Amino acid sequence: MELKTVSTHHVPVRYLEGGSGPPLVFLHGAGGVTTDDPLLAELAKTHHVYAPLIPGYGDSEEAPEIRDMLDFTLHTWDVVAALGLKDPVLVGHSMGGMIAAEMAAVAPNDVSRLALICPAGLWDDEHPIADLFATLPYEMPALLFHDAAAGAAMLTAGRNVTDPNFLQTYLVTNARQLGMAGRLLFPIPERGLQPRMYRIKAKTVVIGGDSDRLIPPVYAHGFKKGIAGSELVSIPEAGHMVTLERPALVADAIRRLG
Amino acid sequence: MKFTWFNLMPWPYLPDDFREKNRSVWVDIDQKLFDPAKSHEVYNTYMDLLEYADTLGFDGVGVNEHHQNGYGIMPSPNIIAAGLARRTKDAAIVVLGNSIALYNPPVRVAEEFAMLDCISGGRLVAGFPVGTSMDTNYCYGQIPSLTREKYNEAHDLIIKAWTTREPFAFNGRYNKLRHVNIWPRPIQEPRPPVHIPGGGSVETYDFCIDNTYSYSYLSFSGYLRAQALMNGYWKRVEERGVDKSPYRAGFAQTILVADTDEEAERLYSEHVSYFYNRCLHVYPGFADAPGYRTIKTIQTGALSQYAPPTGGYTQLTWKELTEQGHVIAGSPETVRQRMEDLIKGLNVGNIFCLMHVGNMPADKCMYSTKLFAEKVMPKLRNMFPDWEDDNRFWTQPLKTRVTSGSLPKQAPTSAELAATYGVEA
Repeated sequence: MELKTVSTHHVPVRYLEGGSGPPLVFLHGAGGVTTDDPLLAELAKTHHVYAPLIPGYGDSEEAPEIRDMLDFTLHTWDVVAALGLKDPVLVGHSMGGMIAAEMAAVAPNDVSRLALICPAGLWDDEHPIADLFATLPYEMPALLFHDAAAGAAMLTAGRNVTDPNFLQTYLVTNARQLGMAGRLLFPIPERGLQPRMYRIKAKTVVIGGDSDRLIPPVYAHGFKKGIAGSELVSIPEAGHMVTLERPALVADAIRRLG
Repeated sequence: MKFTWFNLMPWPYLPDDFREKNRSVWVDIDQKLFDPAKSHEVYNTYMDLLEYADTLGFDGVGVNEHHQNGYGIMPSPNIIAAGLARRTKDAAIVVLGNSIALYNPPVRVAEEFAMLDCISGGRLVAGFPVGTSMDTNYCYGQIPSLTREKYNEAHDLIIKAWTTREPFAFNGRYNKLRHVNIWPRPIQEPRPPVHIPGGGSVETYDFCIDNTYSYSYLSFSGYLRAQALMNGYWKRVEERGVDKSPYRAGFAQTILVADTDEEAERLYSEHVSYFYNRCLHVYPGFADAPGYRTIKTIQTGALSQYAPPTGGYTQLTWKELTEQGHVIAGSPETVRQRMEDLIKGLNVGNIFCLMHVGNMPADKCMYSTKLFAEKVMPKLRNMFPDWEDDNRFWTQPLKTRVTSGSLPKQAPTSAELAATYGVEA
């Protein structure tokens, strides 16, 4: 995957691009996405993949004027237009799934294939979602992965925790990325999608990790129920980061959209 | 110098094993640890102590706002301040303050502060904190990276509501109000003095300088550790080319006075330990929501004072706490010397004296307070003679004020009313 830049109304947007085939847009979750993401590599085998970074993620410029759900939704449509794409396969993971679902709800005639992977965006009092923003780094792997030890290794790979600037860099990255994510997810990751979901016309697959401890599987069922004709694919021995734990199975489910 | 007697109002019944058995004193503190029946006495004793400070000549009595917090049982400081406005005579009522991003609409703060100023005869000092991340984000659900924008808008609305003499429309991002026209408005013109509690955000320095507000550093780690932060503030004041009046700054300091240094340790060490080792036990996941601090502030290296210290928590001892300056404690002479170091070193004219600490009982608190008022405060009065007339950062009360509770002992009779008002035919 190659990191590139495209101009949009608000800010220049950084995006990862690779592969060939029909166009596919992947929207990342609150943790961001990197060039070596295994799901993007899988998808690139069959699709021309575009993975735009939300402003503030990675090395991309911040966009303070993107504040609420509608701002994020329209901005991401701006990105799709700026990339010159028409009706790409729209895929989103977690927060990215929330944005993708909103995009498909506000412009139902512009999205014909939609994949939502462990999507955020709904809330059920009986099954409260853990507070990601009060979770300490060492608690993250158990929340995000089926295999916490392997997950911890993935999260810390390439990080030099002995670097004296590590803490400050970590805090700045968190402030930029999770600060932006908080506009959609804090303190409760729900911004009114439920009563708008009926508008989605796309052929939709909802993909969940069976042992997702951040957004429990009951939420995937909620999306299936809310989107007419949608299919639910539950992936065993996978947590919220099913994209890292079972990338081939996730890609297969997406490919079945056609 | 302005000395404000401050009470955080800690809950005094946290168990000995609180730290071992609970993850946080704040946000998700165990409901079962609060006993409403016991709180009746706790609240009234704490308010009595604030009133006592007024009788001893403190310049102000201070209250603040925290939510879901075992060391601050004052979610609404204005309720306590209302009681103090009635029951104190001369002290400024220092509300430090109302977290204005949390009120919807914030004109409520403009109104309640106006009421406090009117009831107290112009004795209100108005504090506008952004609020800690625990209070503002985790308890009151504000989106971290939008908190400051909302705070700034609330501030502009409150000041405009105080100073505009006709109804106006306010079309903000977070507040849309067609008819703003607060009634009552404050006594003090053009507005009550404003103090801004800050914890090292560089944006807050400029905000205070731009608006002629006093910057208050409310730290619990004492004056020695505050030096770097306050140096940063004064450097900014200098860069901006404004005067360096010490009243542009305030500092909170735990102070405990006894006859001798030894007596201070004997009387107060358990209460200091209670505060530092139990009350400040905050789950690090609540210390600093991502996006609450600006990138610029993080890059200056200012971390939340609630973040765990490098190397993790240890049990802080009396010796460490006094030697490192978290606490200024000892005989009147010891305390005077250290207070002089603090006042000169930090160049601060407003001292928020934390004279009640942890689970300290009222008798010890009165003893320490009286010694400070009589044997320390008078010797510290004249630290900044050049700035004696600087009244930009303190209250301007009415010269003649009524005393509460001054109704006649009995209701008048019909005959007495006739004598006063005449008889209608």
